[in-house]
Amino acid sequence: MSIGGGDAAMRAFGAKQEVPIFDDPSFTPLSKPLSEARVAIVTSAALHRPDQDRFASADTGFRAFDRTDRDMVMGHWSPNFDHTGFQLDLNVVYPIDRLEELAADGVIGDVAPRHFAFAGNQPDTVSELRLDTGPACAQQLLADAVDVVVLTPV
Amino acid sequence: MKEVVDKMAPPRALYCEFPLGRPLGRPGDAALQRHVLQQSFDLLNADSATLQTYPEIIESEEVPLSCSIPPRFDASLPPAVDEARGLRAAYDRSLDARGITAVGRVIDAETVPEALNVLHQWGEGAAWTDVALPGQNTIAVCHDIRAYYTEAALELATGPAPGGRSVEAWFYDETEAGKTVMAARAALQGQEAPFPFWFYMAPGHR
Repeated sequence: MSIGGGDAAMRAFGAKQEVPIFDDPSFTPLSKPLSEARVAIVTSAALHRPDQDRFASADTGFRAFDRTDRDMVMGHWSPNFDHTGFQLDLNVVYPIDRLEELAADGVIGDVAPRHFAFAGNQPDTVSELRLDTGPACAQQLLADAVDVVVLTPV
Repeated sequence: MKEVVDKMAPPRALYCEFPLGRPLGRPGDAALQRHVLQQSFDLLNADSATLQTYPEIIESEEVPLSCSIPPRFDASLPPAVDEARGLRAAYDRSLDARGITAVGRVIDAETVPEALNVLHQWGEGAAWTDVALPGQNTIAVCHDIRAYYTEAALELATGPAPGGRSVEAWFYDETEAGKTVMAARAALQGQEAPFPFWFYMAPGHR
């Protein structure tokens, strides 16, 4: 039997965690109307296609998906959150179908050709992600001429 | 988590108090998911760092999914082993329907009953150093067992999509496998196995 709610327990745990503090967070204005912007998703849900390497327990890397990919599994190592929402509808974590609809309706300009997943369970300093794999992923987003990134945390 | 966002101060954030693991809200609710995205895109109009809060709160249900469990078939087996075998048909239907499974980090569906048999032995007092677990990694094996049960349960259950943690509550509170995992976890702790080996076998609040 659980002792209190799992989400409440995790939020209380998260509130106590030391996190990197940035003195001057980057703020980049959007340089064009949203209706002309190319949008990509980057999630921390440790999603991967079955043919891609699974996320190791301390994996600081990322996986890339094509715009048309839908068959993915959640390889996150934390047992502390709900996995069934994603199983029922991947858009609850990876809103790719919603982006396609928004592009078709002209709300956004375009859906990026590739989207990316990291693992949300990271060492406290997230140093490798900040200094290595994060910038490497950003380079790929820039290479795809992405203007806006939707980050979905898990 | 809002407390983390407050401390890290990203340039733009829309805080959504939704069940953990469901950042866009509810599965199958395209209108809500779209509204969350539109609210997020509105942050692009800000001329300085901004943290907004989405007005709707969705809480996890944390009550067990209503899902029948197969009756005992072979009373000579540990209950969790018998139960897992009984759920295999539902798991297979799920795999046929979805074409994909989260089972397979370190063990496949065929090995789930065998892994539960070892966890049962640990819970009954066997030393974890003497009785080897298929797949070896306790965290990954427990993920595979839970995924096997979750996929079978979502195939068996009827009615609206379960809320956050509803299947988790069903697994730990109502299935023999969940009870077996918790007993093995307690046994490993009692045998002074390394902390990560046993702690992450189940959600931390359990």
